Amino acid sequence: MLSDASTPCGLGALLMSGMATVLDAADVQRALVRIAHEIVERNKGTDGLVVVGIHTRGVPLARRLAAKLSEIEGRQVPAGTLDVAMYRDDIGTRPPQATHDTELPFDLAGKVVVLVDDVLYTGRTVRAALDALTDFGRPRAIQLAVLVDRGHRELPLRADYVGKNLPTALGQAVRVQLAETDGSDGVVVEGPAEKVVAS
Amino acid sequence: MDKHLLSAADLTANDITRVLDTAAHLAKVTDRAIKKVPTLRGRTVCNLFFEDSTRTRISFELAAKRLSADVINFSAKGSSVSKGESLKDTAITLEAMGVDAIVIRHGASGAPWRLAEWVEAVVVNAGDGTHEHPTQALLDLYTIRQRFPGFDGLKVAIVGDVLHSRVARSNVLALTTMGAEVTLVAPPTLLPARVETWGAAVSYDLDAVLPKQDVVMMLRVQLERQRAGFFPSLREYARLYGLDGRRLDAMADHAIVMHPGPMNRGVEIAAEVADSLERSVIADQVANGISVRMALLYLLLGGPTEGFGEPQRGAPMGRGVA
Repeated sequence: MLSDASTPCGLGALLMSGMATVLDAADVQRALVRIAHEIVERNKGTDGLVVVGIHTRGVPLARRLAAKLSEIEGRQVPAGTLDVAMYRDDIGTRPPQATHDTELPFDLAGKVVVLVDDVLYTGRTVRAALDALTDFGRPRAIQLAVLVDRGHRELPLRADYVGKNLPTALGQAVRVQLAETDGSDGVVVEGPAEKVVAS
Repeated sequence: MDKHLLSAADLTANDITRVLDTAAHLAKVTDRAIKKVPTLRGRTVCNLFFEDSTRTRISFELAAKRLSADVINFSAKGSSVSKGESLKDTAITLEAMGVDAIVIRHGASGAPWRLAEWVEAVVVNAGDGTHEHPTQALLDLYTIRQRFPGFDGLKVAIVGDVLHSRVARSNVLALTTMGAEVTLVAPPTLLPARVETWGAAVSYDLDAVLPKQDVVMMLRVQLERQRAGFFPSLREYARLYGLDGRRLDAMADHAIVMHPGPMNRGVEIAAEVADSLERSVIADQVANGISVRMALLYLLLGGPTEGFGEPQRGAPMGRGVA
């Protein structure tokens, strides 16, 4: 839940302020199903594929994607979790972030890792995640899947699979809610919709 | 909590829980092929040890190195202190060299507080005189939490030279903060004045206390205390307050034995007890010390040095606040 700024996707004009639901539970589900199919198509199956979720909300998303991938191809796709708190580039500039467990119950060497997060924003979390993964081994490739891409990148990164492109203003917050962590699925944009900036 | 870690009394239950939770996550770093994270790159930690120490100094050194901090080890022997340099001048020298944290062990109770007044760096108390040793208390709590679901109502006996033990004082503070019921067991000569204000029960009779405890923490007997007349002989001390196999059998089946080290085998703890695989968690304490100190260094140095409060729940991964 946490990104702070955001505006409604292109709906900016509709919302001068307040809160707008941009994806409901069914939309989230459909986006994940589509991403799963895209992953299978791009990788020609799920051979050597592992799914790794970035804490906090990347973790349930990764588990769902792994389950969906397993269902599509009829073979188990393993899921792992990654904590990037110790790899962030803003350590020392704000209060220490809460830590979580990293659990990668497989050898990364030679695997294709699909890294999963809820919101892609500045790209700094993903950069930290790439560093963290490197400490565990040398995957054959790393791909990135996100539920929402809200733009405003500060690093030269992009996602391979995107649930929803959501142009936002910097002053807005994009809140991803998932049943596992928040009771129900949905993506909400909060805050004043000044000018909508395209991603 | 504060910028510094000087006393276990400064830690709230939330602070302690956060340190222990963070330590549990960081413990996993030790299991990896690459036992290092880049978290404190470019930070310098100075181990300023005016007293001998093996495990505490090495534990802090390893903890800092696993977080990628640079480490300076300073021991009084072989330094300008042996030429008569004062603590204050030593501190000013270290500050001028730009250290970010000073881990201090000093024979004088209160030395870390004085140091904290003189330097900008974060100060961590690694044992001051007979006063406090808060990181030992935290690693002891971490070790206890590995074996027990929680601290509320947990019965802990701390046995031995409470009078001269910084480990006992810090543990009583931290354990009572977490809701444990602590009993201090010692001969009357080895209990401090006004011990009744500590918030712990007091007993002179180890055999009466032992069967009710979940955790039995043995304190090191400092052998020079016997010469000072605190107890008649080591043999008598061992007979009345030593944890031997017979007393181990009197403990509850689930109870564990702890010792901060270094041990006097055959005095406060028998070799068969210290080496008991089922009951003794002494080796775990040493291993856990590294994780707990990593957590502390991360929490104290990983922010803009105003200490750490509640974890940030609102903006966890920083996607919001780029």
